[in-house]
Formats: sequence, structure tokens, C-alpha cells
Amino acid sequence: MSTATTTATATGAGTSGVRSWKNPIILSVVALFCLVVFALGAPGNSVTFRLSEADDAIVLPAIVVSAPIIGWVCTLVMLALAVLAVGRTRAGVRTPTWVPAVFAVLFFIAFLTWVVGSARTPNVALYGLLAGSVTLAVPLIFGSLSGVLCERSGVVNIAIEGQLLFGAFAAAVAASLSGSAVVGLVAAAAAGVLVSLVLAVFSIRYVVNQVIVGVVLNVLVSGLTGFLFSAVLSEDSQRWNSPPRLPVIRIPFLADIPIIGPILFEQTVVGYLMYVAVAVVYVALYHSRWGLRTRAVGEHPKAADTLGVNVNRRRFMNVLLAGVVAGVGGSFFTLVAVSGFGKDMTAGQGYIALAALIFGRWNPIGAFFAALLFGFATNLSNVLSLLGTPVPDQFLRMLPYVVTVFAVAGLVGRSRAPGASGIPYIKG
Amino acid sequence: MKLELIGITKRFGSLVANDHIDLVVEPGQVHSLLGENGAGKSTLMNVLYGLYDPTEGEIRVDDEPVVFKGPADAMAAGIGMVHQHFMLVPVFTVAENVALGNETTKAGGLLNLSRTRERIREISDQYGFDVDPDAVVEDLPVGVQQRVEIIKALVRDAEVLILDEPTAVLTPRETDELLGIMGQLTADGKSIVFISHKLREVKAVSDVITVIRRGKVVGTAEPSASTTELASLMVGRSVSLTLDKAPATPGEASFRVHELVVQAANGQRVVDGLSFEVSRGEILAVAGVQGNGQTELTEAILGLQDHVSGSITLDGVELVGRSVKDIIRAGVGFVPEDRSVEGLVGSFTVAENLVLNRYDDAAFARGLSMSPAAIRTNAEEKIEEFDIRTQSASSAAGTLSGGNQQKVVMARELSRPLKLFIASQPTRGVDVGSIEFLHRRIVAERDGGTPVIIVSTELDEVLELADRIAVLYRGRFMGIVPGTVSRDVLGLMMAGMPADEALAQADDIEGGDL
Repeated sequence: MSTATTTATATGAGTSGVRSWKNPIILSVVALFCLVVFALGAPGNSVTFRLSEADDAIVLPAIVVSAPIIGWVCTLVMLALAVLAVGRTRAGVRTPTWVPAVFAVLFFIAFLTWVVGSARTPNVALYGLLAGSVTLAVPLIFGSLSGVLCERSGVVNIAIEGQLLFGAFAAAVAASLSGSAVVGLVAAAAAGVLVSLVLAVFSIRYVVNQVIVGVVLNVLVSGLTGFLFSAVLSEDSQRWNSPPRLPVIRIPFLADIPIIGPILFEQTVVGYLMYVAVAVVYVALYHSRWGLRTRAVGEHPKAADTLGVNVNRRRFMNVLLAGVVAGVGGSFFTLVAVSGFGKDMTAGQGYIALAALIFGRWNPIGAFFAALLFGFATNLSNVLSLLGTPVPDQFLRMLPYVVTVFAVAGLVGRSRAPGASGIPYIKG
Repeated sequence: MKLELIGITKRFGSLVANDHIDLVVEPGQVHSLLGENGAGKSTLMNVLYGLYDPTEGEIRVDDEPVVFKGPADAMAAGIGMVHQHFMLVPVFTVAENVALGNETTKAGGLLNLSRTRERIREISDQYGFDVDPDAVVEDLPVGVQQRVEIIKALVRDAEVLILDEPTAVLTPRETDELLGIMGQLTADGKSIVFISHKLREVKAVSDVITVIRRGKVVGTAEPSASTTELASLMVGRSVSLTLDKAPATPGEASFRVHELVVQAANGQRVVDGLSFEVSRGEILAVAGVQGNGQTELTEAILGLQDHVSGSITLDGVELVGRSVKDIIRAGVGFVPEDRSVEGLVGSFTVAENLVLNRYDDAAFARGLSMSPAAIRTNAEEKIEEFDIRTQSASSAAGTLSGGNQQKVVMARELSRPLKLFIASQPTRGVDVGSIEFLHRRIVAERDGGTPVIIVSTELDEVLELADRIAVLYRGRFMGIVPGTVSRDVLGLMMAGMPADEALAQADDIEGGDL
């Protein structure tokens, strides 16, 4: 073997990548765009980012920056990075991964400064922007965790949208009827499981194409809840559709920490459950027996089977568990965000959650941050339309989806799905 | 542990895969199961391992009847299996793969992999495996992956190890190492069921040989039996294992490859600067362990690869950059390595498959319409000429046996005038009887004055056919040697030793093992 290894290292060292001009071209185009818009087109005024409210326990001073300076500095560094990437590619050397990452951060700072600076009131509450992002990301995070649980065990879950919507519906109805938001939460979980059960039975037991079952379930749930909404809920909304909201539980002292205090320690039960769920799924997936078997079943089910793991039972249980998670996420819409169910109120968030799952590379923590990014994009568009920016409202509303497309198209690198995701396991 | 199979029968519908098979594996023995592809060896082992329920029959462990509902039961009874296609999760570490299904846990179901790592190191040291428990499996060479499979079985205290075609993916040197490991294991009192169709290896390691043909035990043999005897027993008629071929009379070198580089999508140079030429009337065999660039080399010639640089010329005409259709029209015949995926359309008829790359020839089509009569006549001729065993020309190609499918591909490619013939793994998964026939056809094509390139991972086949042998290792040639070179030299070259060193070293160890 010794000769084999020495020759191997010798040839290995001589390899160089196929030159891909994708990255340098994208970076150059974006940098030039920034030059025109953020630097040359910078508003002349200064921009204020508030970090805390005046009556907070701990008051941080606001950050005041000059829009042209930030615009020029960021743009010039971005241009330098683009030139670096071009030079590296021309030399046939791989561009280091920190380059696009730093580039993205700079773009973000430049964009934020420019867009806020151009608004009628160039003054934004950064803490509110962040806290609002987390709130909007809650259902996305639950949805993508549901996706993680399914796909890691080898079942594609397109039905996240349906699980969220049915969870929202069940939470509204159960909480209205019982007068208790907690009952609503339990009902939401049960509703998610119900959708999962259909998905599991058809895709695992009857080996129907998983994507088709998922899509059909979304349409089914949308139709069913839409019908019940107009036939029952709207008729007597006092009785059927006026759920009590979940109270916000404020943890004393900790919630006073500037910026992160409200994000981490001033949430409803659903918000706290989200943090717990992300942590638990992450630890369980990578450090527990359940996780090892789940990942094995999703990567190479036959290998798991030959070691005595019951592949389809494991998948079935995980899909049901995913229903619990997504159902709870759905309750956010009717028990936290607004008080009451509306037709198709999830508005495609389940699909965005699916995108967060892929962008987060099928990893709970990755999906968490991806969902936060999408939540931020949504919240930014809300805040900016209030501030009165020169960018038309319609474009701002596209922002989350544009971010999704670019993120999933793999700006950050290729993501690799679990090996057996979407492939039914048939013994023998 | 003594293992007995008594009257095992396994039927799939009307197909009898195993027909009353009796087998006794004594402790400390290597018991070989010899049989052709499709003879029912793997089915039998899957029954033994609890993956299939036997239709009839009984399994006994130490004279006690047992029933295996699944692999877990078989493992609990002390049976371990190393599958032909490894059952390893590629993105897991060695330790995770070994732990799977047999995890040691701390409180709350959390994994305790350190215990597993320790066990892997113990076993690795005991047998000299040299396996790092924290390596990711997909980064390991095939030979090491196989050891991980063996460790998986040993961690579960296997007393009987089933090795299903374990040498198919190994270099000759790795094969020797594996045979050594098998010796150590049996010395420790473990028994091994060794499944193979490679006569040489079976003879080298076995204590007992059981031959299976068409689902039945057709006899047992002593390891001292000659290869010809074993082959006849396996095939059911006398076969000639050596091919009578006249010495080559090479003409002009009409096919030239110069500085050919093929890059994979990740930038790795899978074919790394190959230059060679093949003359009319000569067979060049490209040997090497699977995955050293063979696929990319042949596909680059046919125009199937992106990122190709260098030059490939046939009769002075450049082929790089031309379309596959142009290259086929230029007279290149190509037998791909996986006939069922690339060589045939399984749901098409035999007749259609025979004209897959000539469907728009004037002979078979006029304008937009095909000529079914011409296609049918052509099929009947080829079926006759190549002795393709099919119910009719209109049977789906997928229903044919491996050997007959290969004959269909071969017939299609050889039925037009060629200027170059390339065959990848021409006899993989083909029964011994058909191998003989296919080899004769390849030699006939050579004798007709066509340059021929054979890519094969089977040393026997390479030595049988080649006039010259090029050994491919990590995308480079370790040298091009005459077809009369010894097995040892090829083995060393396949492990990455340049030809001159290999020739020198082989002289020193003249008459070594295998």
C-alpha cells in the first residue's frame, strides 16, 4: 500500500479546478451595481440606526452614519473583492470561501444604509427590525424543522404549507371553542400530525410519488379550510373564529438586555418552543441514537436495513413527528400573529420554509439562520414601506422571494440533499 | 459455530432461485460457494442473513433450528455479512457506520461513540486493518471500506462471515491482503462463506467448495481440483478457458490520443495527460482497478465528456469537440460498461435495440418513417449470427439474460464497418459460456483490421485478449507493456507502480503468490 499512497499524494497535489467564472462574474456585476446605486447614488444625508428605546432599562446610543461614506467604503471594498476573485480564477486558483461571505455582508450594510438613507425619515429602529424578523421567521423555522425531520429520514415534505395552514386553522377553531390558547396549541399539533399521517400512509405504505402527495395535500388543506372558513367560521365568527392570543411571557432582567433581550426573552410559548425545538432537533440528529438511525435511513436505507433498523417504521414516525412541529408552527398565525383564521393565511410560507431547509443544507441550525434571513427580508420590506422609500412597494414585497431564489440557486455553494431523500424504500 | 442450511428453497413467483440447497459450514473453515452470476448464490445468502424468508427449508445453528425474521436476528445468532455493494453510509464516519444499529448510548439516548472507537481500534490492531475510526467512509479507498464492513461484523461478535464477491472491487494486492485476513479469521475459529466466480481465488483459500448452478447444488469439489474441472462444473458443460488466437499483425497506427486530459466537475483530473496509439489489427487492453479513469477515457473518446483537452485522432481526423453522432458516424463502435443503463433500452425490443444508433440510416428509415421490415430482417440475422437466446426479435431486451443482452449490444456495434472498436467490461456479469463467444468476436474484429480497445478490470480477460496492456492508475498510465507480461507485474502497476519498477520488482519475487 505504501507505493499507492505516495503516488496518490503526488497526483493529488497537481490537480487544479475547472475554472468556473460564475462567482467572479456575479461579484463584479453586483459590485458595479453598488458603485452606481449605493456610492454614486448615495443620499447626501446621514442615517440613524436606533439600538434601543428611550424608556428601556439599558439605553444604547444610536448609530449615526453618513450615507455617502458608508456607500463608498463598502463599494470600494466590494470592487476589490471582485477583482481578487477575477484574479484568482484567472490564475486557476479557487477563490477562498470568505470572499463571497464578506462580500454579502458588505452588500447588506451598503444596501441598508442606502435604502434607509433614501427614505423620507432616514431613521430606523434596528432593534425593532431584528425582533420583528425573528417573529416573522417563527413559522418558517417550524416549517423547515418539519422538513428536516422528514427529509433526513428520506421523505420529501412538500406538504409543509398544508401542515402550517391546517395547524393555524385547528388552533383558531379549538382555541375559540374552548376559550384556551393552550388547547389551540395542542389542536394545531394534532392537525399537523393528521396531514403527516396522510403523507406517510400514501408515500411510505403505498409508495406514491412523495412530491405529488405533498402538493395534493396542500391543495386539499387549502380547499378544505377555505370551505370551512366561508361556510362555518364566517357565519358565526364570535363562536368559531375568535381565539384568545397566547400571552407574551417576559423574563425579568434578561429581557432588558439591549437588542437580543426582546428577541430571546420576550416571546410567547410558541417562540420559546421554537428555540427549544431547534436545539433539540440539532442535538438529537447529530448526537443521539435516534439521529444516527434517522440519518442512515435517509442516506442509505438498505445499509440501515441490513443492520436491523426498520426503515419504513422510522420514516413513518419521523413524518408524524414532523407534523407535530409544523402544526405548532401553524398555530403562530392564529394564536400569536393575529387573532383569527383567514383564508390561505399562510400565503406560501411553507414553500419558503422548504427553501430555508435547502439553503440551510438540511441542518437544523442552518435552516434556522436561513429562515431568519427570509424573515428579515419580509420585515425589512414592511418597515421600509412605512418609512417611505423611493423603491416602489411592489419591489420591496418581492424582496423575500428574490432572496429565496438567489439563496437556493446556490450563491453560497452547492448543498447536498440526503442520499435517499424522495426515494421510497422497498425491501428486497 | 456450526451452520447448516437444510433444503432451502426460495421462489419468486414462478422463478425458483434456490432449489433445495443443503450446505454445512464447519467452524474454522472457508466454505466457497462457486457459481455464475444469477446462479442463486446471493439469494441463498440473503435468506441466510434474514433478508428473505425461505419458501421452504431450515437453518440450523449448532444443530438448533433457528428462524431469522430480519438481519437483526441473523446478527444476534452470530452471522455477519459483507455485501458485494457495501452497506456503508458514505457520509458517516467509520465509527458511526459501525455503531449504527448497535449503538452504545449514554443517558437520554445520546450516542457514546468513544466506546465504538475503542472497539474499532482493538479489532483494527488485532488484524492489522489500519482503519481510522474518525475517517469519513466516502473518502476511504475501496479496500479499506471493505475492512470497515468486516469490522462491522466482528463488533457484533460474528462467528460466521459471509463475503459476497469480495474481490470484485479490489486490486490484486488488496485481494492478497484480503485472503490473508481470511486466514487470520479462520485461525481464530471463525468460519467464512466465500462467494465468488473467480476460480483462482476460490482454489487458493477454500477448505470446501460447493458449486451452484441454476439454483441447485450441482456438486462439491476439493480445492485441489483443476480450474477446468471447476469451470465445467459451474457451467454444466466443458468449456475452454483459453482462447486460441493468432499473434497480432498490427498495421498502421490509425488511432492516436495525445495529452488527453478529462476533468471532473470538481476540477479533479480524472484522466491526466494520456498519450497512446492503437494500430489496425491490434488489441490494446486498458487494465486497472475500477474508478481510475477508465469510464472517463472511453467516454471522452466517444464525445460524452465535458472538459476534455488534448487531441484524439482517428485516421488523422480530430474527434475532440465533435458530437457523439459524428463520432459514431466516423466509425467508432462502443460497448459501454453498463449495458443495462447505457447499452440498451430495456423496454425496447431486441430488434429496436439492434438499430439504436442506426435508426436513421437509409437501410432502416425513409424520411420520417422507419422500415419495420428491414429492422426485423436485420434482427433475425443478428440473432442467428450472434446466437442471441431470445424468444423472438420483438421481446423486450430487458427480459434477456445478462450474457444475451451483451450479445445484443455487441451485435449492434459490430454490425457496421468500424474504424475503431471500444469495449468496456465486455464480459462483466456474463456467463462463462458466452464469454468464450464474445472474446472470439472481439478477436475476429481485430483480425479484420480494426484497432480495438478493451477496458477491463478482470486480469484474466486482459491477459486473454491483449496484444498490449496499458495500466491506468489515477488517470495516468503506469506504462504500456506487452500482452505476455506476468500477472504480478500487472498487479503492481494496478497499485500505482510504474512499469519499469514493477518489472524489476517482479523479477525479484519470481513465482510469488497468485
